[in-house]
Amino acid sequence: MIQQLPFFYFGGMALVCAILVVTSRVAIYSAMALLGMFVHVAGLFIILEAPFLAGVQLLVYAGAILVLYLFVVMLLNLQGGGATSLQKQTPWAVILSLIAVGELGYLLVKTNFYPKLPAIPHPSVPTLGNTETIGMVLYTQYLFPFEVASIVLLIALVGAIVMARGRGRFRQE
Amino acid sequence: MVPLSWYVALSAMMFVTGLVGVLIRRNIVVVLLCIEIMLNAVNINFVAFSDYLHLIDGQIFVFFVITVAAAEVAIGLGIIISLFRLRESVNMDDYNLLKL
Repeated sequence: MIQQLPFFYFGGMALVCAILVVTSRVAIYSAMALLGMFVHVAGLFIILEAPFLAGVQLLVYAGAILVLYLFVVMLLNLQGGGATSLQKQTPWAVILSLIAVGELGYLLVKTNFYPKLPAIPHPSVPTLGNTETIGMVLYTQYLFPFEVASIVLLIALVGAIVMARGRGRFRQE
Repeated sequence: MVPLSWYVALSAMMFVTGLVGVLIRRNIVVVLLCIEIMLNAVNINFVAFSDYLHLIDGQIFVFFVITVAAAEVAIGLGIIISLFRLRESVNMDDYNLLKL
């Protein structure tokens, strides 16, 4: 039980923060709850023996992505949405949400939480550290996806600049 | 030792939380935040299976998911900013430019 305590803490807090993101009325509270979720998911990664990913999660998600969100929320000066009138697609959204939640509940009820999974033996080769292993595999076996990812990032960079600058000087010149 | 199925259950619950958020929220920034929740739920699954199978490939995939998430945020927020310039609103129901 004491070994499972970190899982319950990090997992439970991640779930609570995720629910807070959905339920908060004010966008900036949602963003701060998302920060809590990122941090606790990083804790889960540490339990799962992926310390490198925990670091990446903190740096990229909590450090970069969340700051971007906060910039936009503050730039747009979003006030609390308040209770806007229900739109005509709201009943559909609620019905679909209930279906999704019902499906999840059914699956959780049907799940056997202590299955007899076969234990996978550890590889016998002397293993490197987590970061070294990721580096080795990423730059050999997954070299092509890695290059594609860099192109995706480049396109995102250009696209973000083009999108955010609006009808700038490109048209007038 | 935490059973693998608990991680899968946690991941499913977080995914459904994000899905419900995408469906019911109308603030477009919050919808983008809910997509991040779903991506994180998937990441937990990847890392849990990577830990169970003692294979590093799951963690590599999480790496790529994080890359795509960063790209999605950059583009998505750019789109939100230019939409806000156009409509002075972040409510999704105000974006009906393509509606017949």
